Amino acid sequence: MHVSVDQDRCCSSGQCVLAVPTVFDQDEEEGVVRLLDADPSPELDEKLRTAAALCPAGAISLTEVAR
Amino acid sequence: MTSLHEPPHETAELFTFPQPRATGCPFDPPPAQRRPATRMALWDGAPCWMVTDYQDVRTVLSDRRFSADARIEGFPFFAPGRRAFIRDEPAFIRLDDPEHQRLRRMMTGDFLVKRVDQLRPRIQRIVDDALDAMIAKGAPADLVADFAFPIPSLVICELLGVPYEDHEFFQRQSRLVLDATAGAEQVKAAMDDFNAYMTELAASKKGEEDGIVARLASREDLTPGEVASNALLLLLAGHETTANMTSLSTLVLLRHPEQLAKLRAEPELVKGAVEELLRYLTIVHTGLPRVAVEDVELPGGAVVRAGEGVFAMIAAANRDEEMFGAGEELDITRDARRHLAFGFGVHQCLGQPLARVELQIALATLVRRLPGLRLAVPFEQVRFRTESLIYGLHELPLAW
Ligand code: SF4
Repeated sequence: MHVSVDQDRCCSSGQCVLAVPTVFDQDEEEGVVRLLDADPSPELDEKLRTAAALCPAGAISLTEVAR
Repeated sequence: MTSLHEPPHETAELFTFPQPRATGCPFDPPPAQRRPATRMALWDGAPCWMVTDYQDVRTVLSDRRFSADARIEGFPFFAPGRRAFIRDEPAFIRLDDPEHQRLRRMMTGDFLVKRVDQLRPRIQRIVDDALDAMIAKGAPADLVADFAFPIPSLVICELLGVPYEDHEFFQRQSRLVLDATAGAEQVKAAMDDFNAYMTELAASKKGEEDGIVARLASREDLTPGEVASNALLLLLAGHETTANMTSLSTLVLLRHPEQLAKLRAEPELVKGAVEELLRYLTIVHTGLPRVAVEDVELPGGAVVRAGEGVFAMIAAANRDEEMFGAGEELDITRDARRHLAFGFGVHQCLGQPLARVELQIALATLVRRLPGLRLAVPFEQVRFRTESLIYGLHELPLAW
């Protein structure tokens, strides 16, 4: 799964960090989402889907990558 | 646009609070909220919607065609007192982006997941101290006054830089402000006093760096009115919600001994248990108000017209069977993370990481340290805060 984030939309709820802390982080000042890993290992696919569903601002997009 | 001054719908049912709970279970959302999207009329004749389905509620809270700005014509106030709550310079909760985001981002730094995690030892101390004092006083104790309120009050006071000595004053003001049955005059007077207090406090902290109030007050790009209304919101939201979640959660666990036993046996379940309790109880039981700025067809098929108010009933949505399976049951082991207790969309609760950690520590400590915890009065005597925007308990007499 390829991950991208839209920092303009992010409302710093931190849901993504709670769901997948190895992929998402928050910046120190305003809590805006930071992407740590845009192409995480496939084992994380399910957790990434949860993170995207939890994001209240629709700031996380996932695209399936052909394997 | 539908005008506020059009006569109300002949057949429309009146939208009123408090909505009575079913006699069987005071933890279930009011029966009035358990139905498909319904068009209703407010006390002032304005048309509004009550939306209860999970997908409909999510849409209302996250689609930008619904506004949170109370200054837009058609914004729904379910009682006259609610209008008095809104200041001339509204807090971020009652603004849309980009204004909302500009203000909100000034405050997010203190509520980051990582930042709040660093507060865990401090919160644990506060929780232990409150429990020590309650135990020292002896049973029966009132969990609401002795434990549930002091914890979030102390934490939010420290974060904001508000003197905790004033807590009786601001707890009284909060109670008035959040009373759904209070008249416009009463709410306005309470808001004015509250606002004057915060304006004065902020002015005295200008130029200082410690605490959120000082930092907001020292910003050139905020007016004193903006500083006061935003700081006030954090103070209000920061203690009322968590306090009521703590007391209500304790009561629910005592009423579900098998769930309580599970939590005692496996303390690591507490994180999931807190999510489930948030879902099950959803203490913002009056719903979240929005106004449509365009016509919108909801996933469930209802068409909301521009200028119509909507109440997104998160308590009802959080019982959705399709989403949660057996949504009526309390099950601390389920994955309840998709609940809407903190709202949804860009307005989703700013303080949620803090609320989570406070609840986790408070509940884990309570069940660990008091294995004999029990109600000290018959359940029928427990008084619920039905009149408040935030559901909870007036008092919870406990023994151990
Ligand atoms: S879940 Fe969404 S809104 Fe919340 S911090 Fe992550 S990206 Fe931002």
